[in-house]
Amino acid sequence: MSQYNFKKIATVPTAKDFIDIVLSKTQRQTPTVIHRGYAITRIRQFYMRKVKYTQQSWHEKLSRILEDFPRVDDVHPFYSDLLNVLYDKDHYKLALGQLNTARNIIDKISKDYVKLLKYGDSLYRCKQLKRAAMGRMCTMMKKHAASLAYLEQVRQHMSRLPSIDPNTRTILVCGYPNVGKSSFMNKVTRADVEVQPYAFTTKSIYVGHTDYKYLRWQVLDTPGILDRPLDERNTIEMQSITALAHLRAVVLYVVDISEQCGFTIKQQSDLFHSIAPLFANKPLVVALNKTDVAKVEELKESDRELLEDMRKFVAGPSTLQLGEDDGEHQQLPTMSTLSEDGVADVKNLCCDRLLAMRVEQKLAGRRAGDILNRLHVAQPKARDSKSRPPSIPANLEEMKARKARGEKIITEKDLQEQNGGAGVYSADFNKHYLLANDEWKYDVVPEIYNGKNVADFIDPEIEAKLAELEREEEELEKQWEAEAHLREPKEAPLTEEEKQLLGEIKLRRKKLVAEHRRKKSVAGNSSKIPASKADPEGKRTTRNMKDSLESMGLDADKAVERARSQSRGRKRERSSSRFQEGGDGDVDEDMEGVEKKRTHSSRSRSKSVAKRVAQTPASGSGLKNAEANIKAQRLADLAQRKSSKKARSGEGDRVIVTKMPKHLFSGKRGNGKTDRR
Amino acid sequence: MRLEKCWFCSSTIYPGHGICFVRNDSKLFKFCRTKCHKNFKMKRNPRKVKWTKVYRALQGKDLCNDTVFQFERRRNRPLKYNREIINSTLSALGKLDAIRSRRTNRFFENRVNKAKDVKFVHDKQLIEQNIGLVRSSHNGRMKDTKDSNKIKLDASMTLFHSKQEE
Repeated sequence: MSQYNFKKIATVPTAKDFIDIVLSKTQRQTPTVIHRGYAITRIRQFYMRKVKYTQQSWHEKLSRILEDFPRVDDVHPFYSDLLNVLYDKDHYKLALGQLNTARNIIDKISKDYVKLLKYGDSLYRCKQLKRAAMGRMCTMMKKHAASLAYLEQVRQHMSRLPSIDPNTRTILVCGYPNVGKSSFMNKVTRADVEVQPYAFTTKSIYVGHTDYKYLRWQVLDTPGILDRPLDERNTIEMQSITALAHLRAVVLYVVDISEQCGFTIKQQSDLFHSIAPLFANKPLVVALNKTDVAKVEELKESDRELLEDMRKFVAGPSTLQLGEDDGEHQQLPTMSTLSEDGVADVKNLCCDRLLAMRVEQKLAGRRAGDILNRLHVAQPKARDSKSRPPSIPANLEEMKARKARGEKIITEKDLQEQNGGAGVYSADFNKHYLLANDEWKYDVVPEIYNGKNVADFIDPEIEAKLAELEREEEELEKQWEAEAHLREPKEAPLTEEEKQLLGEIKLRRKKLVAEHRRKKSVAGNSSKIPASKADPEGKRTTRNMKDSLESMGLDADKAVERARSQSRGRKRERSSSRFQEGGDGDVDEDMEGVEKKRTHSSRSRSKSVAKRVAQTPASGSGLKNAEANIKAQRLADLAQRKSSKKARSGEGDRVIVTKMPKHLFSGKRGNGKTDRR
Repeated sequence: MRLEKCWFCSSTIYPGHGICFVRNDSKLFKFCRTKCHKNFKMKRNPRKVKWTKVYRALQGKDLCNDTVFQFERRRNRPLKYNREIINSTLSALGKLDAIRSRRTNRFFENRVNKAKDVKFVHDKQLIEQNIGLVRSSHNGRMKDTKDSNKIKLDASMTLFHSKQEE
């Protein structure tokens, strides 16, 4: 039974909506197609199904509503009274009862018409019967439209009621309007109840929760009560009265001694006494509020007498006063919700009183005995005769004496504040160090020295060890000196000349190796740099060659002869015949009068020169005569063929006209496989 | 603040350098630089990698078993601070350094000395064999080029002789 939470009640639709819902559901969920020509049993079945389905729908939905709504008789009396106060029990019960009858009537209708349908002889008749049945059911609901509307209103209001647990620890705050009940609530709990200067700001009960002694407490803020006879009270006041009457809680009756609420102390006292019967068997606390405005001592004599009466009543036998508070709370507790003065004390007092009462009751009950029998407190057994008293620090006596004297102990926190605050002050950790010599407390020691960790070398006996080591070292040195002669090299070291030679040899070898590597990488394909570029300063002469060879000690004559014979030479020979060895003079000068003839090229083909005439080679080309020239040209042509076939303009020309010629990348082969392309 | 040793090459790792790798069996490996780290990841054994201290110590190329090194030990029990001890330690550090360097020098010289003789012999051989690359030993006459470089080691056919002849 959802005593605490009425939020799960299903929405109650209006009559019109209700009908729409049920009928459309029927239409969707049952077959819709029927023809006159079908077998009559089939037709009957079709329409019976519809009627039955509608009836079931109605039944279901109405049952749901009837179940969801709480039954006033079955809930906690507090809730039943509250429902009565808010919604009028009779009306409520009536509405639900009507829905119940409606449900039964609908069932009956459906039963009757199904019986009739069994004997329907044509489609038309069956259809009419079905229409009649459903029509009657719907009219039934239309008649109950008022009930449905009322129940919807009730549901909406109920879902917004605060979830009050009637069985847990509760503090009930009551009193005249505007005395400060809601302010007290706001101070004590996290609830945010509206506080306004006009009366009846709080119109319903509000719940807040607070903690005390590791327990959860409910605090109920009630609307203000006026001093009237019970029958004249309005709904709002009745809610407070209900709460007072039914909840087993500690009652906190708030009195406004400043009379700012608009009611005198006399009136408040009268109210107190008139609702006194409601305080029976409940722990009661009367608190005087708004002490920031008016003080108890400044009150009039008559007012104080009235307060005295209330106090006597509180202390008297009719209310449940238990606990150790007999001596302390002779006076009524005062508080001010504005200045938060005494609010916590009042709360604690209420909680203590209620706890005491609840504990008493539980102990008095039957179940307490059962639980007590099951509890057992274990005491540890002594393991040996060694006494292990609690450890008491050494300077405890001193600290106690200091405290007794009232000396203010300067804490580290105080020091911090004194010396500039948290970001500025750096605490002195060294002052408590316990060292052999107090002067050492503030020493700064390196952790790392010369790439070594100092901590790895710390040794109390390092002096002794070091001395021993040094002695050892001295001996080793002596030994070293003594054996110096043994370390002399047996072979003679290299002389200066030998060293120089060695250097030259190494250099030469290096060059040879480098040259070999270069040639290898080029793979014999390096082009020859013409002499004019390779040796612009003209150092590669036979004269220089001769000199270097002779410096090495070789006879250079034959080498020079050979070199000269291979090269072209520059001697000018004015002879018509150019086929002689020894070469010719400058080509340009010889051109006069001598026709220049080509040696090769396609143009020569087109001009169809019959005889290929040799051309004198260009100077600096390194070719000896015309023959050599022809040969060179031929070689060049041969080399050029490969590139010409690819239509390259030069060796750097890497243009690919078609990157993916179709015939290479597609098509099947005539025979063979097309694994790779 | 502690200076650690690289697991691979045994050099000191200064603060702000290197990587520390923690394996699943919670063993720590500290590396001074990526070179060592990568070598480790390649599962190379530092004992076989020539430039590491472990290799050198193993092959006897560096001084490792000496009393000097026993002064530096990782002590797990902290000592209560005592100014005298710290003072003596700090002064000892410098002296130990000096001693250590002297000893390593001697060790090195010892080791290297043995090769001096061999080197002399080798160099002289080199000169004798390859003299033809830079000089000619023939009496001004150029002989068959193929034989000219192959000179047998003979005291009578050294450089000085040929030069004198010229």
